[in-house]
Amino acid sequence: MVYSVNVNGVRHEVDVDPDTPLLWVLRDVIGLTGTKFGCGVAMCGACTVHLNGLAVRSCITQIQDVGSAEVMTVESIGETAEGRRVQKAWLELDVVQCGYCQSGQIMSAAALIATNSKPSDEDIDAVMAGNICRCGTYPRIRAAIKRAAAEGI
Amino acid sequence: MGVLARDLTGDVSRRSFLISAALAGGGLVMGLRPVGSAAAAETAALTPFIRIPPQGPVQLVIASAEMGQGVYMGLATLIAEELELRLDQVEAVAAPADRKLYGHPVLGDQITGGSVTIRGFWEPMRRAGATARALLIAAAAQQWGAPAASLRAESGEVVDPATGRRLPYGALAAEAARLPVPEQVALKSPGEFKLIGKVQERIDTPAKVNGAARFGLDARPPGVKFAALAICPTFGGALKAVDDARASQVKGVRQIVKLSDAVAVVADHTGAARKGLAALDITWDRGPNGALTTEELERRADAAVEGPAVVAHRTGDVAAAEAAHPRGVEAVYRMPILCHSAMEPMNCTVHLRPDGCDVWVGTQVADRARRAAAEAAGLPEDKVVVHNQFLGGGFGRRLDHDNVTLAVRVAREVEGPVQVVWSREEDIRHDSYRYLNRSRLSVRLGPDGMPASWSHRVVGPAIMDRFLPIFFKDGVDLDIVGGAESPYDIPNKLVDFVRHEAPVGMLTGNWRGVGPTRNAPAVEGGIDEAAHLAGVEPVEYRRRLLSKSPRLRAVLDLVVERSGWGGALGPGRGRGVALLQDFGSFAATVAQVHVDASGRLTVERIDCAVDCGVVINPEIVRQQVESGVVYGLSAALYGRLTVADGAIVEGNFDDAPVVRINECPAIETHIVASSEAPGGVGELSTPGVAPALMNAIFAATGKRLRSLPLAVAELQRA
Repeated sequence: MVYSVNVNGVRHEVDVDPDTPLLWVLRDVIGLTGTKFGCGVAMCGACTVHLNGLAVRSCITQIQDVGSAEVMTVESIGETAEGRRVQKAWLELDVVQCGYCQSGQIMSAAALIATNSKPSDEDIDAVMAGNICRCGTYPRIRAAIKRAAAEGI
Repeated sequence: MGVLARDLTGDVSRRSFLISAALAGGGLVMGLRPVGSAAAAETAALTPFIRIPPQGPVQLVIASAEMGQGVYMGLATLIAEELELRLDQVEAVAAPADRKLYGHPVLGDQITGGSVTIRGFWEPMRRAGATARALLIAAAAQQWGAPAASLRAESGEVVDPATGRRLPYGALAAEAARLPVPEQVALKSPGEFKLIGKVQERIDTPAKVNGAARFGLDARPPGVKFAALAICPTFGGALKAVDDARASQVKGVRQIVKLSDAVAVVADHTGAARKGLAALDITWDRGPNGALTTEELERRADAAVEGPAVVAHRTGDVAAAEAAHPRGVEAVYRMPILCHSAMEPMNCTVHLRPDGCDVWVGTQVADRARRAAAEAAGLPEDKVVVHNQFLGGGFGRRLDHDNVTLAVRVAREVEGPVQVVWSREEDIRHDSYRYLNRSRLSVRLGPDGMPASWSHRVVGPAIMDRFLPIFFKDGVDLDIVGGAESPYDIPNKLVDFVRHEAPVGMLTGNWRGVGPTRNAPAVEGGIDEAAHLAGVEPVEYRRRLLSKSPRLRAVLDLVVERSGWGGALGPGRGRGVALLQDFGSFAATVAQVHVDASGRLTVERIDCAVDCGVVINPEIVRQQVESGVVYGLSAALYGRLTVADGAIVEGNFDDAPVVRINECPAIETHIVASSEAPGGVGELSTPGVAPALMNAIFAATGKRLRSLPLAVAELQRA
């Protein structure tokens, strides 16, 4: 079945089964490898992308359910105001270590500050607890989200 | 590793015992000879570590694997410091697999582990930079007819202060590469450092916030296919039969590869491969371990505590001291089976051709990966090229290369390149596990309440026997007993070792913090128990035993000052302390916990004071301390794999949980300023977490825990 999917403003025709996770369409079919595979069951957040601005786990989002939604990945998140602020805070506060989970962290963080300009610790926990980091960058992620959010006010 | 506890930097220059031992079969390559003048046509290679193109950034070749610990940054800083480059003028590139050119100066092999990278390369990388600088200056001197001593290098140019003439390195490199290498070059004194010791933005970060960074799973050679994998769930089992009728019908599935102990479904994309794999009907021969359970493995480990043991360390006369002093602490500490759960599941991409093989993988052992691929491919080593990628976490898992061997076995059956992707479940169920550990401790107290003897029996596998045999001596794995003797000044000490291996077929290996993480709970829990028995405050008790260890005492004093140690906390709260002297560094950790009336444990705050000698980049030291704490915290709270019917039960982050942001305490790092030789930091803070928590729980509740993970159920009963 051929699906037409809009990723980062570019339309792609992909011929895959309807239940194919968006993650593999992005990574293996379209070739955008910034979105990461971590668990396959929406428990780690490494595969987080935006669907019409909302953070979703692409490993359990089937291509047949994407429809005409705009998919945005980490490759283009810097083109949004929130994404740019998150990336900048991530650099300034030296958040990143191995970096593998950070695509997902950044996508979750950008979606968070887009709707919450002053996230509390509880707000950050509620959203970011879905994103695992084994390098333990959590304290810096928390600080960087606050900085990125504050810069938008 | 624990065995590499002491200062190694002197070893590099003195080529003392460790080096000659490590390199008995090879040669120490300091990497200071120019290589391959053929390369000079395009890009002059002044040393194996420095390539200077006519224009653009200078390429610094990084021998070690970047797995988050900041090694690209660390080694680049050392070279750039002496080469007089700013970090925005360099590009770090992964070294090819080549143990002769890029082997670790002490370990001999091309290994990134044991927190030895900076210690081993501290001098060789600065020397490489200084040598290249001297060659570039000599080339300019020749060209200008000026004495070299009158010229200097700055920010990528050679400058003649007398005339104002200047030439960029790129214009001098080809000539410099033809000049004789100076035998002696002077290294900067610490007062001259421009980069070392200063906070600099990590050079690997920009590509890691926009999706550009390439990890093993991101390798995309043209025409690559994707394979999903099922490995026999039981250790030592085999494939019996596969019905692939349904799988073959899945859109995009190209091929089913059947190996003796695994099945791979090869497809156009990983989604189709995984769907195909799920549609297979596989029958396994469960093999000799098919009935194993956790209870049986635990029983075997408990029984092994009775020996026979081999002596690893002896000071004084423990037997006599024990006979004279019956009062003391007798305890057995029990450690579980742990997996690594790096965020990037294991994977490897292989393009095997009749005349050669390309391998894309993130590995801590690039050259071993090459050898493994060559063996599995049936090719000579020099026909295999390993393209080392960023590692999505290492933690010791990627010190093994079973993923490379398996991928080449799959690739033998596949036309064109194939990426073999492990699911999270395969990653957890086929790890290189940290296997069960037991510590039996006897600490006898003298009339003054201080320890008269320290006896510690370590029971566990001898990983070094296969991994680095130079550290397996006279029946003792020098890593697994690392730190077991404690850093404390006690007149009579005995450490002995009982080798206790996992069932055949279960791979066991290295885990962040290696030997010291296994031993720290017993050592620091044990000394805490002794302090309690003696009726002495635990920090004061430790201080009395550290008169000969000023650096360790200094980190203890610092963490006591900064953590609020001794301040009132109220009911249900407590603080615990743990010390570590290892990896050439010193650490003191204080954990603060709250155990509520229902027994619920909350870790509120962790302070860690470290002395790691000269600091290359303070921000990376803080990152590594935080990282090590969180890694240790996940294991302390949750880390435990179980076995049923001969297979690992857990498979994903639901039943093998790790700490998430909402459970992460405040972490404060306190760095001791030091001009001592650099020590390791990648594993420094991990070992102390579990014992600091155990001691804090004791302070909060009076309940002494001696098993990991922390028995929350036990607290709830208390």
